Amino acid sequence: MSTHTPPRRADAAAVLEADGVSHAFGEVAALQGADLRVTDGECLALVGESGSGKTTLLRCFNALVRPSTGRLRVRGRAVADSDPVALRRSMGYVPQQGGLLPHWTVGRNVALVPTLLGRSNPEAAARAALERVGLPAVEFADRWPRTLSGGQRQRAALARALAAGPDLVLMDEPLGALDALARAELRHELGALIRDAGVTVLLVTHDLHEAAELADRIAVMKDGRVLQADTLDRLRAAPSDPYVTELLDRGLGSAVAP
Amino acid sequence: MTAGASLRSRGAALVLLLSTVFGPATSLTGQEVSGSVPTEPIVVASKPFAESFLLAELFAQRLEAVGIPVDRRPGLGATDLAFRALRTGAIDVYPEYTGTGLAAILGLEPEGDAADVYGIVSTRFMERYGVRWMPPLGFENSYAIAVRPETADSLNLRTLSDLAAAAPDLVAGFSPDFIGRPDGLPGLAATYDLRFEETRPLLQSVKYPAIAEGAVDVIDGYTTDGGLDRYGLVVLDDDADFFPPYEAAALLRPGLAAARPDVVAALAPLSGRLDAATMRRANRRIEVDGQEPAVVAAELLAGLSLGAPGATTATPSPDVADTGLAEFIWSRRGETARQTLRHLWLVAIALGAATLLAVPLGVTLARRPTVAEPVVRATGVLQTIPSIALLAFMIPLFGIGVGPAVIALFLYAVFPILRNTWSGVRDADPDAVDAARALGMTDGQILLRVRLPLAAPVVMAGVRVSAVIAVGTATLAAFIGAGGLGDPIVAGLALSDERLIISGALPAALLALVVDAGLSLVESAVRPRGLSED
Repeated sequence: MSTHTPPRRADAAAVLEADGVSHAFGEVAALQGADLRVTDGECLALVGESGSGKTTLLRCFNALVRPSTGRLRVRGRAVADSDPVALRRSMGYVPQQGGLLPHWTVGRNVALVPTLLGRSNPEAAARAALERVGLPAVEFADRWPRTLSGGQRQRAALARALAAGPDLVLMDEPLGALDALARAELRHELGALIRDAGVTVLLVTHDLHEAAELADRIAVMKDGRVLQADTLDRLRAAPSDPYVTELLDRGLGSAVAP
Repeated sequence: MTAGASLRSRGAALVLLLSTVFGPATSLTGQEVSGSVPTEPIVVASKPFAESFLLAELFAQRLEAVGIPVDRRPGLGATDLAFRALRTGAIDVYPEYTGTGLAAILGLEPEGDAADVYGIVSTRFMERYGVRWMPPLGFENSYAIAVRPETADSLNLRTLSDLAAAAPDLVAGFSPDFIGRPDGLPGLAATYDLRFEETRPLLQSVKYPAIAEGAVDVIDGYTTDGGLDRYGLVVLDDDADFFPPYEAAALLRPGLAAARPDVVAALAPLSGRLDAATMRRANRRIEVDGQEPAVVAAELLAGLSLGAPGATTATPSPDVADTGLAEFIWSRRGETARQTLRHLWLVAIALGAATLLAVPLGVTLARRPTVAEPVVRATGVLQTIPSIALLAFMIPLFGIGVGPAVIALFLYAVFPILRNTWSGVRDADPDAVDAARALGMTDGQILLRVRLPLAAPVVMAGVRVSAVIAVGTATLAAFIGAGGLGDPIVAGLALSDERLIISGALPAALLALVVDAGLSLVESAVRPRGLSED
């Protein structure tokens, strides 16, 4: 195996591509020439410190952020040329706080995207999605979001992201708001769900354990750039920058076996 | 058609428009929209103090005695409001004093005797405003600077020059009107070099009790006030002849004399018929004995043989001052119910219109942060205009009555609703809004299905605040003749009748509580179920 060959699905098409993407919020530069490629079916984790630009890069792919320079493609099509609403409906989204609409029942929340897409029987899709994430529909569909625990809320958000059966899901710190116990429990289930669903996942996290367990590849970001994107093994074996090793050591400990 | 009449009909048109939009309340404004009947009633107004009420009632009953229909608007704000209303044709007649016309309206230095002053004001008012002074009624009512007899004795005060020497140790309580007028405190202080230890603005109704109890040492009264006698006060002599002669007379709006010679003919026989002693007695009947101005006016007219032939409609009720408060309030229940309805109607129209404007505007502003701050701040500034000043600004534009009152209430009601809608929509659960957008809701869907439902309780809280403010402010609408529960309050303040004040203030306070409670139910009803703690 050559060092240039991606570890998995080397022949797979790129679902998400960023080339030289830069963006600033006022005076603050969030992205400074970021490059990224996420291939079909893989789970890629964006890791880095606060302010490194991981969330901004994720939000470029669903057109919530319009970068000032650089090229972005989703499924081979330029984001700039796409209808943002249609683009967003085509992919799932799981934010840190769940983002459930507080005035809608859990069932109605989960049925959101199928409803927006005009699918027949969105309620049935919502019930099926709830079952998949371990929230029995008969018990949870009619409850209000504020009555759920943190873990249940993130499960419901995940169900909402998956309900319309997208091939791509963006997750922004999906476990970040949970306590350690709930996070560890949900992490395992999330990994199984991602594999079963066969979806492409772009996962933003600051937790390297989470990245190591869930992701096929890890992209290390610093100062608005992607320093290196590869498997954990290769990042360990052939870091492109001393910072890659430093971040891994800080986040995982230097002696962790992959 | 004169300018005044066209203004008034514009006001009537506005009322007509409002009552068409808010149909169910139309019957309450029946009198305002009847501008098309052949003999339009003569609008007789007064300023908010007892003698002005009495003279207006005298004019009104005199006109009615010869068969001229009258619309009474007693208690208009003060000189500025009343004269503005007359000049713009919103009212037809009100009693004014020549010295006030000279100094406060024309801004001239007092000079000459009573006949000179009448000559100056009648010429200048006609030239400048087209306003006509009827010949004076026959008595003067000047300012009376008064002290307690003990104060006069111990400090040896007889004249205003004596007062100037003692003033640095004395506290003055003057009416706000007097404090501001050139023929009031500013001119007086300059003429006599007066400097009090402190000057407190006091309403007419509390001045006499305040000096009697020693809260203040010096007050401004009127020479015909009943209170001077009642409290045995010493009136200091105006030894430098500062105050001009204040002869009372009827003031007629521009064009009235030409259009309605019958009005002039009816009022003319009153000229020169009322002397100061008669007026002091009459004022005392109202201020001290608690008699109604209508009753006292009827007695005066009967005494002059100028009343309606054989009219005994207003029978004196000598025991009126002895009636208990509860009994008094109960006896006015029909009137109170009518005034409460009128009050509620003023508030409802203003609040409804403010909501219809402020909610869409607030929603629009929530999406335009750069213009939002200046616009919200501008409506906030509107909130800081004193209600009386805002009502005064309304008169040249909309006349007096329901129209300008509703517009003023509307302007006050906009800000709380606008601010709450703007911030409620803007700050609606940011995580939920972000997720809704990221999952493909359009801007319109986010607004209608996420932001507005989440903001609804906040918007309603703003409506509630506006409603309570409007119920309170609407009491001031009585100063521009809009009716409502402010009527008994203004009349009570003018006539020093506490029971009358309470009979308006109590239902107004209850109304505020009921409106607040009602809207709090609406607020709960619009709160999305997912947000409530049940």
